[in-house]
Amino acid sequence: MAEKKTPFVQFVEVQKTYDGEILVVKDLNLDIQAGEFVTMLGPSGSGKTTCLMMLAGFETPTEGTIMLGGRELNHVPPHKRGIGMVFQNYALFPHMTVAENLAFPLQVRKLSKADTEAKVQRALDMVELGAFGGRRPGQLSGGQQQRVALARALVFEPDLVLMDEPLGALDKNLREQMQYEIKHIHEQLGMTVVYVTHDQSEALTMSDRIAVFNDGKIQQLATPPDLYERPDNAFVAEFIGENNRLRGTVKEVNGTSCTVDVDGHIIQALSVNHNGTGSQTTLSLRPERVALDPAPGSMPNVFDAKVEELIYLGDHIRTRVSTCGDDEFIVKVPNSHAHASLSRGQKVQVGWALDDCRALDA
Amino acid sequence: MAHAVEEAGPARPLTMADGTPLKVALARATRRSKIRAFLLVAPLLLFILVTFIFPIVDMLMRSVDNPEVNEAIPQTVAELENWDGEGLPQDAVFAAFIQEMGDRSEGQRRNIGRMGARLNYEDGGFRSLINKSQRAAAKIQDDPMQFALVGFDERWEDKATWPTLDALAETPEFAEVLPETAALLRKWETGNSPFAEKTPKPETYPTLLTELESAQADGSLDRLLPLVQAENEELAALLEKTATGAGEIRENPLRFALVGVDPDWGKPRTWTIIKQVSSPITFSYYLNAVDRTYDIEGNIVMQPEWKQIYVQLFMKTIYVSIGVTVACLILAYPISYLLATLPPSKGNLLLILVLLPFWTSLLVRTTSWIVLLQTQGVINDTLVFLGILSDDNRIEMIYNMTGTIIAMTHILLPFMVLPMYSVMKTISPSYMRAARSLGANPLIAFVRVYMPQTVPGIGAGSILVFILAIGYYITPALVGGQDGQLISNFIAYHMQKSLNWGLAAALGTILLAGVLVMYWLYDRLVGIDNMKLG
Ligand SMILES: Nc1ncnc2c1ncn2[C@@H]1O[C@H](COP(=O)(O)OP(=O)(O)O)[C@@H](O)[C@H]1O
Ligand SMILES: [Mg+2]
Repeated sequence: MAEKKTPFVQFVEVQKTYDGEILVVKDLNLDIQAGEFVTMLGPSGSGKTTCLMMLAGFETPTEGTIMLGGRELNHVPPHKRGIGMVFQNYALFPHMTVAENLAFPLQVRKLSKADTEAKVQRALDMVELGAFGGRRPGQLSGGQQQRVALARALVFEPDLVLMDEPLGALDKNLREQMQYEIKHIHEQLGMTVVYVTHDQSEALTMSDRIAVFNDGKIQQLATPPDLYERPDNAFVAEFIGENNRLRGTVKEVNGTSCTVDVDGHIIQALSVNHNGTGSQTTLSLRPERVALDPAPGSMPNVFDAKVEELIYLGDHIRTRVSTCGDDEFIVKVPNSHAHASLSRGQKVQVGWALDDCRALDA
Repeated sequence: MAHAVEEAGPARPLTMADGTPLKVALARATRRSKIRAFLLVAPLLLFILVTFIFPIVDMLMRSVDNPEVNEAIPQTVAELENWDGEGLPQDAVFAAFIQEMGDRSEGQRRNIGRMGARLNYEDGGFRSLINKSQRAAAKIQDDPMQFALVGFDERWEDKATWPTLDALAETPEFAEVLPETAALLRKWETGNSPFAEKTPKPETYPTLLTELESAQADGSLDRLLPLVQAENEELAALLEKTATGAGEIRENPLRFALVGVDPDWGKPRTWTIIKQVSSPITFSYYLNAVDRTYDIEGNIVMQPEWKQIYVQLFMKTIYVSIGVTVACLILAYPISYLLATLPPSKGNLLLILVLLPFWTSLLVRTTSWIVLLQTQGVINDTLVFLGILSDDNRIEMIYNMTGTIIAMTHILLPFMVLPMYSVMKTISPSYMRAARSLGANPLIAFVRVYMPQTVPGIGAGSILVFILAIGYYITPALVGGQDGQLISNFIAYHMQKSLNWGLAAALGTILLAGVLVMYWLYDRLVGIDNMKLG
């Protein structure tokens, strides 16, 4: 039913090329609802920033249209789009104090002095930098600069905020902390956020929906659980989370399931994204869904395996085994009494359910 | 107990394993590298010292140094100390002066020449006065009374005076009244003999004076005078006058002798000027450089109107420099912006075009402006050809201020472009984007976000161009004509032509001070740390 509402942001058949030779963005169709937190996730060079820049107005689509709140944006200059933006290097004006930075968007909108001051103070308080208004950006730490950049993008209360790898320059702890803060601010203010990152855990933590980019195309657009549990293709399965890949040939398709021949082993899998009987396919299987020595008959897929390597990780033991002709097969074994005595070279059995094994494109 | 506490106290110095204090060990460890660093810097330091610091110090000293008079006539200067400035100086001054002027040694002659040149800055007649007096001084030394007599009354120099007196000396009255003189005159070889002398024996002059004086005192002169009067009325008047003044002449023969060389020596003003100029340090070059001078009482007054050029010239130089700086700024800003924002391939090409003038000889560039701008030049020809100008209305664009400004702007432009470019290149385009996304239209974004960040470049470029412009020499010299000359052209003139190095040094020092003031102002306004030259 959410689909019925007109989307707040719409990319319609957008194409972009910089040099007239290579399409950096191909046939992009993307609808974003008001209030949504959508993340564009993908490897570097996949065209995420380009999409964001087209939305912000700093690049023009070579073809197609971008709509914002029902209005076609193609000929609206950036300063009239009313879109807040957080840049990767923050782009805080070095010659202005923090307060002046925040006041800038309000001043160009000709707000009264009193209003400006009040809003600036409120925005600073929101990012817990109330006392830092008089400082120059250069006198702040990276995390503080990041917050100022965030506050500046929000202070004029835009309906849409774009963030291009805003946490890329922060260290791990700070990054995680800021992820929650941004998330909370989003929940508080309810604006629409389009977020760009190449860090999948960041995307999973923060987003309502994630658009996985590769090679200028959206590979899959889904909620974080869907993306993890039900990847549409091998790229997404590989890019999000850890993943066992088994290459094989489709033998037979029965409705939603299929049988796949992997190196002579017949595996029952969910038929998701392959070209029918006889075609090549990649089976995708999450390591934590593989059981070690399952009870006989409890699973359709059970194979012999040999333990190659054990890595003790506290809550689980990361076990590399060779099975079905693949010696990079990872199993996450819970650290329980049942498997306390695993050792290298040991012969075991691995098994998994049909639903956890997805037959994807080759 | 107390010992243990003391030892554990924080004041105990840290030591190395072998017991040397840590500080000493550190100093020892860094000394070698410090010495090495110094040795690496030393050649440059020496070079700068010799080629930059010493010349500047020398210039500062020259601008106040005033050795010429003191070196040439030290005794006279010492005697002048005792002169109260009223009337003429005491005779000792004249004596010392003639003594020192009469010294014909090589070094002394050179010193006196310099003194003449130095005094000439104060008053135009001095050089010839000194030259003339120098030639006379040696002769005065030999025969002071003769010159004193001539100085007292120049009729004593007339051709007829002495022969007439010689003739009279044969008379008994003369021999009675002025016996010694008569005797000496009789010994004088006149006529056409090979032993003929032009003037009487040197002893004749003092003898004549002594006898005249005593003859007048005892009244015997009154007996002689009618006789002389009958023979030559004028000679009688001269004898009477000389007899009256004889005492004075015998007392101050050198003064009369010197005044006889040139009446200027009889004017207190001449001596006042010499006394003023004799102090070993002078500010008169500086006064001169700001169109002022000392008057005869030693007060600072304006130069006569026709000599007032330097203040106006300084102002003109400053205006031109400001004008050139502003012109460079206006031209360089968009170019630098383009250079910094264009993709590197095109940007580099443009940069080469900007730098091209750097690789061309200054003279070639300046000459090409002459070709372009002169009245029969390319621009005027084109305008005339297009009918915009009539042939007899061609614009004067060179050999005047316009030419100077145009050529200087062109030549100094790269000095503005490069610092601005290097600053602009560091300004990330995301600032402009941020400003736009925050709602600023391109103009506001540029003025409020981009421009303030270019201030260090503007400052560096402007101060560079201004400092170069204020001391610019070659271009104004080539294309400036009469009114396009700047202060450095006059400094060069005084260095090379008038050889008034003191004035050149004073002008240069004022220029240097002006630049330092600019630098200080810039530091106060912008902060020197913000200056980015590259
Ligand atoms: N201004 C530009 N000019 C030319 N090519 C560009 C420009 N910006 C990006 N590209 C190219 O477009 C592709 C996508 O870039 P980008 O959108 O920045 O990717 P991402 O943000 O996902 O890392 C890259 O191959 C990059 O080289
Ligand atoms: Mg990017």
